[in-house]
Amino acid sequence: MTPALLRVDTISKRYSLPRQGLLSAAPQVQALDGVSFTLQAGKSLGVVGESGSGKSTLARLVMALEAPSTGRVLLDGVDLHTLDAAALRQARAKLQMVFQDPFGSLDPRRTVLQTVAEPLAVLHGAGHAEQRERAAQALAAVGLGSGDLAKYPHEFSGGQRQRIAIARALITRPRLIVADEPVSALDVSVQAQVLNLMQDLQDQFGVTYLFISHDLAVVDLVCDEVIVLQHGRIVEQGSPDQLFTSPQHPYTQRLLAAVPGMKPRVPA
Amino acid sequence: MRLLHPCGCGIHAVSKPQVTRPGASAARCYRCGVRPLLEVRDLRVTLQTSRGAHDALRGVSFALDHGQTLGLIGESGCGKSITALALMGLLPDGAKVSGSIRFGGQELTTLDEAALCRLRGHRMGMVFQEPMTALNPLHTVGRQIAEPLRLHKGLSRSAARAEALRLLERVQLPQAAQRLDAYPHQLSGGQRQRVVIAIALACGPDLLIADEPTTALDVTIQREVLDLIQELVRQEGANGKDGMALLLISHDLGVMADTVQRMLVMYGGTVVESGPTADVFQRLAHPYSRGLFAARPRLGLPRGTRLATIPGRVPALADMPPGCPFADRCERVAEDCRQAPPPAVPVGPLHEARCLHLDPHLLAA
Repeated sequence: MTPALLRVDTISKRYSLPRQGLLSAAPQVQALDGVSFTLQAGKSLGVVGESGSGKSTLARLVMALEAPSTGRVLLDGVDLHTLDAAALRQARAKLQMVFQDPFGSLDPRRTVLQTVAEPLAVLHGAGHAEQRERAAQALAAVGLGSGDLAKYPHEFSGGQRQRIAIARALITRPRLIVADEPVSALDVSVQAQVLNLMQDLQDQFGVTYLFISHDLAVVDLVCDEVIVLQHGRIVEQGSPDQLFTSPQHPYTQRLLAAVPGMKPRVPA
Repeated sequence: MRLLHPCGCGIHAVSKPQVTRPGASAARCYRCGVRPLLEVRDLRVTLQTSRGAHDALRGVSFALDHGQTLGLIGESGCGKSITALALMGLLPDGAKVSGSIRFGGQELTTLDEAALCRLRGHRMGMVFQEPMTALNPLHTVGRQIAEPLRLHKGLSRSAARAEALRLLERVQLPQAAQRLDAYPHQLSGGQRQRVVIAIALACGPDLLIADEPTTALDVTIQREVLDLIQELVRQEGANGKDGMALLLISHDLGVMADTVQRMLVMYGGTVVESGPTADVFQRLAHPYSRGLFAARPRLGLPRGTRLATIPGRVPALADMPPGCPFADRCERVAEDCRQAPPPAVPVGPLHEARCLHLDPHLLAA
């Protein structure tokens, strides 16, 4: 078996809360508690759970935006959290992130070219001509044209902005894209376009996704494996098929039962 | 199945299905002469945009009576929220309204602000999407629930507080007595939304408008809040002569299927399909309804399936075509679609769709 692209080894993360009293110790919250998993290149791993379950903390640790309290995050066998600043910067080319809100994640005062090419300028020090060419390629991959390079984010709809955010993530040719609720701010028809695009990109470039979502149907569609987080722990793990047809853990069962059905329940 | 009278008055049940006449849904019931609680007729709202004045609503009509539940579904920019704001008299400055909104025998479009203030929070309650922004962070939840009671019902401070406690218990907030003096930030999202619902219900409104009440909530909490809203509509119907009516706004077909009796599918400021929820889901007469349904990811699709998409995007208000608003994205578009807005065509008892190129088998029905 090929070594895993991403290996998360019993990571935990504690945050300190504000002190309640002058003499009492600051209370702590255990956001993640001994989470381990591996992710093979070219596959997608879904992370589901409710607010406060530790989904976003997991994303921040994998992206090396924060250090875990204990445990290791290995990308291609290298522990991200032991790298020095320069090496981490280079490693970051291999991992990119797509955020939930395409209105908040794009700088309104920068053109699409500046936004999409920024990772290149920062990571590789690429020249203007190369930046422009690579940005046009990235935009073409997400279904936008090079004519859009000079525009500003406000000229685009929500779905198009999310495409721009994906183009920005693709431009460094990353191995791993961490997508934190990438479609939950989008309308149904636009959501379908972005989900299809993300799957096409995976087929085309072999990117690996760590896909965080609260929508079980979305995860079922795009992921090869799913972990269910509750209170910072993995309570169930498996293929979406297995997990969503015969959930074992009561929490997974509860999540599934709460998904609104498509069968009208109210008598007219 | 018990069918409601085509007028939507909700009082008379008819045994035989009757074909709805276009526009009949907002008329006075021809059996009883009673008008429904809420009657919206040819509602047009013109908003000032950066590109001039444009229609956000282009002739919306519907009726809703005591004890009934109605859903408005559509994507951003289709006019759902504008409809709710028009009902509440909360449209942005410069908005022009024509058509009619009759509520409990009063015409709302011509009502002055003082009279609207007496209705809002009293006979019409509203639940907003974001419970954090809907609540005032500087006041305790008890005080915020008591406010409409003091204002509209003239209750004393202590009576209002007692009533606020009763309301918090009714919306099933755990430890209601302690929570009365809590501030919004001390509550979770689901608990805050329960408080917002308690405020909307405080004066026993005739109409509850819920605008995306669960979009900001987790799926298990969403289920609890939807169940609560339904339970409250049922209770109100059981304990009084006139039950509370619910107007639920959502972009989520699943939420609609779970919660409402009738639904209106909106697109480009018009109602493109309307009917009993089960019928709409069964027939999906309008191409837009079908597109929405097909685009939704559902559990059990094989890994890697590509979802059906609706090409293009919702046009901006200024770019709305003169004919069918959906024409530019529709796979069945023909020349006649672009001439004039299509009329509502009945496709079943109480069920109609605005499309010139409906499936022939729907028309035969």
